[in-house]
Amino acid sequence: MTFLGMPYAPRGVGHLRGAEPFPVAARSALADTQLRRNLGNATRTIRAKRAAVVAELPDWEELRAAGQAIKAHTLAHLDHYLTQLESQVSAHGGTVHWARDANEANRIVTGLVAETGAAEVVKVKSIATDEIGLNEALAAAGISAYETDLAELIVQLGHDRPSHILVPAIHRNRAEIREIFLREMPGVDPGLADTPAALTEAARLHLRRRFLSARVGVSGANFAIAETGTLCVVESEGNGRMCLTLPDTLITVMGIEKVIPSWRDLEVFLQLLPRSSTGERMNPYTSMWTGVTPGDGPQRFHLVLLDNGRTAALADPVGRQALYCIRCSACLNVCPVYERTGGHAYGSVYPGPIGAVLSPQLTGVEDNASLPYASSLCGACYDACPVRIDIPSLLVHLRARHVEEAARSRRVPGAEAVTMAAASWVMARPGRYAAAQRAGRAGRVLGRGGRIRGLPPPLSAWTAARDAPAPPAQTFREWWRREHGQRDT
Amino acid sequence: MDAGAADPRDDRRRYGVRIALFVTCLADSLFPTVGQATVRLLERLGHEVVFPQAQTCCGQMHTNTGYLRDALPLVRRYADVFADCEAVVVPSGSCAGSVRHQHAMIARRFGDEALARRAEAVAARTFELSELLVDVLGVEDVGAYYPHRVTYHPTCHSLRMLRVGDRPLRLLRRVAGIDLAELPDADVCCGFGGTFAIKNAGVSTAMLADKMRCVLATGAEVCTAGDSSCLMHIGGGLSRLNAGTTTVHLAEILAATQDSP
Repeated sequence: MTFLGMPYAPRGVGHLRGAEPFPVAARSALADTQLRRNLGNATRTIRAKRAAVVAELPDWEELRAAGQAIKAHTLAHLDHYLTQLESQVSAHGGTVHWARDANEANRIVTGLVAETGAAEVVKVKSIATDEIGLNEALAAAGISAYETDLAELIVQLGHDRPSHILVPAIHRNRAEIREIFLREMPGVDPGLADTPAALTEAARLHLRRRFLSARVGVSGANFAIAETGTLCVVESEGNGRMCLTLPDTLITVMGIEKVIPSWRDLEVFLQLLPRSSTGERMNPYTSMWTGVTPGDGPQRFHLVLLDNGRTAALADPVGRQALYCIRCSACLNVCPVYERTGGHAYGSVYPGPIGAVLSPQLTGVEDNASLPYASSLCGACYDACPVRIDIPSLLVHLRARHVEEAARSRRVPGAEAVTMAAASWVMARPGRYAAAQRAGRAGRVLGRGGRIRGLPPPLSAWTAARDAPAPPAQTFREWWRREHGQRDT
Repeated sequence: MDAGAADPRDDRRRYGVRIALFVTCLADSLFPTVGQATVRLLERLGHEVVFPQAQTCCGQMHTNTGYLRDALPLVRRYADVFADCEAVVVPSGSCAGSVRHQHAMIARRFGDEALARRAEAVAARTFELSELLVDVLGVEDVGAYYPHRVTYHPTCHSLRMLRVGDRPLRLLRRVAGIDLAELPDADVCCGFGGTFAIKNAGVSTAMLADKMRCVLATGAEVCTAGDSSCLMHIGGGLSRLNAGTTTVHLAEILAATQDSP
């Protein structure tokens, strides 16, 4: 619980917490050469595409500033815009539900599906529904949820987890996908080839059957316009268009931070999002709908507003900028850490740089304490973010929250805290500092030719792969003393 | 433009500036030649260098590991020691970055608005080495001589936090005898990241492997940068592999002359 009384995302449901801390989970990812190759190629390709389309716009920096300003303003008045959204959606024939957390959201959606009597739903890609573990909750109630986004379909048929926000099956190659389809796709041609065209055609035929028979569709939303009660889904494949128009009942699960004030604001985000995510000037299918239109499209529409720790993030004046995120994944694609470990190592459906600052805020920092440290603070993510989220500063801020929390909850400080306090004490006075340097010179004996090959733990982590410099015969300040005496000049 | 010709930009040159050196705890303790080279270089250019011996550390190791309260006394010391200095030179993009982008924030976090303002004032006079040379002293040809094949790695804090741009390259291009080779994928992080190199040593090493591969692909004898920390990491990896390429700080290249290599 935060001091405002809003809870974090509850444990035991959903996919915001990994089973292992990042450094441990990263080990197997680093050794997975296929993953490294796939990720390296994919991120390199998307980086180049993004750079090209961003360079085309003379006002890209102004767009970023506008996106940031709209998000900051919206979050500062979130109560107003959410109630306006609710009122507009309702006025247009939709029903709005407020879900405090994952459990409540799952209960609401399951109940709504059960009311229709349907035993299956088709899904548009929605990370929010992955976040809360909706598919598992529906399955427990005897309802099958069929993913229709190609990558999510591959992940689902492969009994796997998504590893990237935009391209969830990036860790799979064609041969594996073919194998998964042969094993799991009913009615698939046993002579299926592993060419992209053949695999896509198999998926189309499979999905077409689902689209035409589905009575309930479940989606997320990229944006919700408060002014008119309009929802917007931005997609590439057309499965969204199918799921949003064909079923009789549509249920949309949306994080509360996705609301934007007006249609004018959408203009900014529809320029920022496609260029930042897939590196296109515009994505193929953008669908917008307002409530219910008699005789056209779903006749029942439900919007489930999801909190699940977002108000907890909002309560942090520094941390709240993580809620600006429009889920473009540009930060994942430029991150040298993500490129070498992939998404699974982060343990959350939100991986990479944004995941490292969003996941710990949704769950409470201590449930994801290793994520803020899964970064070298290089800053490439900040440069790429279309809404100017200062991820490096957020990472340092969350590291500070973790250290403060650890200090509060432990009666005996850990070794790291003791070391840091000692270093601070030493550095607080030049006399102590110079004495420590003199003492450190004893390490010269460990060196051979000026290099040290092995150090005791934890510094052994350094010398496992790198030589360390042996302390020099004299420090800089000793040299200065020799040349200039006690004078500073 | 060769080193001897009159450079129309030289009318921006300033002479006889009194420059305080913040040598950084890393250079002070492990790479003193970086500090010595900085002094030698600036004195050769006709400026006075002072070394306020009351200095210790900018605190970024503490700050970036989350120990902000432990960094606070170091923020205070920096603001006190350099309060009356006209210009402070720092041979480290990450330390200059910490002073300029983190010190005031730390002071405010602990409710010391007066310290935050003093930190901001001294930060405005704190310059990374290439910034000092190009922007403050108005010089690009520092009269250096370094007849080696060299490749330059732009460190992340100097690239993205300070935005030094191509200042280091402009300085290097004017070094007589130098053979500058462009580094592939130059703007990708080397993987040091402070305590990241220990806490996430696996990923750090993977990033180092790629950085070394790029350095070695240039055929350069020397890899240079404006940060001893990154050079310690890249150099440590190259040394472990006996790769035949070494790391040298930007200051040491710029300080080298025919008489004093």
